[in-house]
Amino acid sequence: MNPVKKRKSISSAKWGYVFIAPFFITYAIFQLWPLITTIYNSFFENYMVGLNQVGPNFVGLQNYVDFFTGAKGTPVYELVWNTIIMWLMGFIPQLLISLLFAYWFTNKRLNLKCTGVFKSIIYMPNLIMASAFALLMFSIFSNTETGPVNHFLISIGATTEKIDFFANSWSVRGIVAFMNFLMWFGNTTILLMAAMLGVDESLVEAADIDGCTPGQIFRHVTIPLIRPIMIYVFITSLVGGLQMFDVPQVLTRGQGLPNGTTKTLIMYLNDNLYSKNYGAAGAISVILFIVCAVCSLVVYYFFTDRSLKGAKSYSVKKKKARA
Amino acid sequence: MAKRIDLVEGTYNERKFWLNFRRVIAYVVLAFFSLLCLFFFYIMIINSTRAHYEILASGFALLPGSSFVENFKAVFNDSTIPLLTGLINSLIVSIGTVVCSVYFSAMTAYGVHVYDFKGRKFVFNFILLIMTIPTQVTALGFVNLMQQWKLMNNFIPLIIPAIASPTVFFFMKQYMDSSLPIDIVEAARIDGANEFRTFNTIVLPILKPAMAVQAIFTFVSSWNNYFTPNLLISKTEFKTLPIMVYMWRCKDFAHTNFGHIYMVITISILPVMIIYFCLSKFIVGGVTLGAVKG
Repeated sequence: MNPVKKRKSISSAKWGYVFIAPFFITYAIFQLWPLITTIYNSFFENYMVGLNQVGPNFVGLQNYVDFFTGAKGTPVYELVWNTIIMWLMGFIPQLLISLLFAYWFTNKRLNLKCTGVFKSIIYMPNLIMASAFALLMFSIFSNTETGPVNHFLISIGATTEKIDFFANSWSVRGIVAFMNFLMWFGNTTILLMAAMLGVDESLVEAADIDGCTPGQIFRHVTIPLIRPIMIYVFITSLVGGLQMFDVPQVLTRGQGLPNGTTKTLIMYLNDNLYSKNYGAAGAISVILFIVCAVCSLVVYYFFTDRSLKGAKSYSVKKKKARA
Repeated sequence: MAKRIDLVEGTYNERKFWLNFRRVIAYVVLAFFSLLCLFFFYIMIINSTRAHYEILASGFALLPGSSFVENFKAVFNDSTIPLLTGLINSLIVSIGTVVCSVYFSAMTAYGVHVYDFKGRKFVFNFILLIMTIPTQVTALGFVNLMQQWKLMNNFIPLIIPAIASPTVFFFMKQYMDSSLPIDIVEAARIDGANEFRTFNTIVLPILKPAMAVQAIFTFVSSWNNYFTPNLLISKTEFKTLPIMVYMWRCKDFAHTNFGHIYMVITISILPVMIIYFCLSKFIVGGVTLGAVKG
C-alpha cells in the first residue's frame, strides 16, 4: 500500500533547515510581522480627517469598544449578522445537495453512468473569478433599462413592472447566497465523495442484509462514519464565509446595498483600510484572527485525531477502487 | 443474490422497479444542477456576441448574435480601462505566484520529508495550524509594511509571499508520503550529487504530477484574487483583471453598452473555463488528493 520503505529519513540536519528556510523567512516577513503590527495598531487611535492624520495615540482597548458598540461606523453585530446569514443561506443547501450527490455518485447499487461529466460540470463554478461572476449576476438581475431576468418575468406575465432586486436586502442576500452555493457545492460534493468511498463496504452490506432501507443505511451508517469530514467541511466553509468579500463587494459596488444590509466583515475592513482608519481596521482584523485561529485549532484537532488519519488513505483507496 | 433480496422485502421485480425509479430521479436532479451551473455562463457567452439593442430587446437568447468582433474591439479600446494591460498584469502575477509557490512548497515539503532535524514535527504541525488563517487578517500590517518599503504599485508583494503557501506544502508532503521513496534520494547522494542537485534533478521530476495539479489551483486562485491587489495597486498600468472588472461595475450602467460588459466578463472567465474543461479529470482528482482545499 505504501511504497515508501521503512527507512524514515536522512540525518543531516543542516540541510533540512536550509530547505525549509525560504518558507519560514517569507512567512515571518509577509505574514507574522504584519500580524504583529496589526495587533499593535489595534491599540492606537489612528485615522484621517480629510488630509490630516489623527494619532497614532495609544488608546488601549478603545477601538474594540467602539467596534462592538458601533460608536464609529457600523456596529459589529450587524456585520456579523450579514456575513453569517448570507453564509448560512448558501451553506445549508450546499451541504444537503452535496451529501445527496456524493451519496448518488458513490452508491454501487445505483451505479450511475457519466458521473465524471456531472462532477466536472458541478465543480466548474468553483474556479470562476468571483468578481466577474458577481458582475455577471448584476447584469442579469439589473433593473436598469431591462435586465434579462426582469425582461423574462414581464414577458411571461409574472409581474407587470420591473422588480428592483437590489432595493430589497433579502433578494440581494439571496443572490449572494445562491452564488456561494453554486461556487462551492461541487467542491463539497467531491470532498464528501472521498469520505464516502472510505466507508467500509461490509458495514453497508451488513445493514442491507439486516433489512435496512437505503435511507436508513444513509442516516445511520454512512453519516456517522463521515462525520469528521463533515466537520472539516463545516469549519473550512465557515472560515471561507467569514472571508466573504468579492461577491457582495462587486455586486453592490462596495456599499452593501440596500442600507448596508449586505456589508460583510471583510468589506468593512476594506473600507477602513481604504480610508486609512487603521485603529478600527486593526481591531476587526484581530477579532477575525482570533475566530479563525479557533477554527484552525478545531481543524487541526480533527486532522491529528485518529478518526481523520484515514483522510490520507482516501486517495489510495480511490485508486484501489478504480483498479 | 436475487433470492436473498426476495427474502428481505418484496419481489425481485418490485425492487428493480424502485431502483430504476431512484436512478431516474438521480439523473433528473443531476441534470438540473448541471444545467444550472452552465446556464449563466452560456448566457454570458451568448450575450457577449450580441449588440446592446439586441440585449435590451431580450436578455436571454438561445443563439449567438453577430457583434462578437465589435464588442471584442470595443472593450480593448476602452479609454479609461485598458483591458489588455490588465490581462498581461494578471498573467505576470499568476505565473510568478505559481512558480514561487510550487517550487518552494516542494522544497519545504522535501526538507521536512527527507531530513531528520530537530523540530521537524513542530514545523509540520505549525504549517498545518496556519493553513486556515486567511491573509485578510494581516492585511493592515502587510499594507503598512509595503508602504514603508515603497512597494505599492509593484508586483513583488503579490508574488513573493506565495513562497509560503501552507496548502501547497501540505499537498506536496502528502504526495511525497505516498510516492517518494527515500532510497532514491539516498542513491543519488551516494553517487555524489549534492543536496540541491538531488532535489532539482531527481526529486522534482518525481513530483511532476503533484506540481501540475497545484500549479493549476494556484494559478486560478491568483488569477481570481481581488482583495490584495485592490489594496496595493492604485495606478492603472499595474491593475490586474479583477480590479478592472470592478471598474466596469462602477460604470454608469444606464449609459453602458451591455454587450461590452458581457464581453469583459467572458474575457475574464473564459480562459480559466477552457483550461478547466481540457484538464477537468485531472483537476477533480486533485481536489481530494490533497484532501484539503477550502
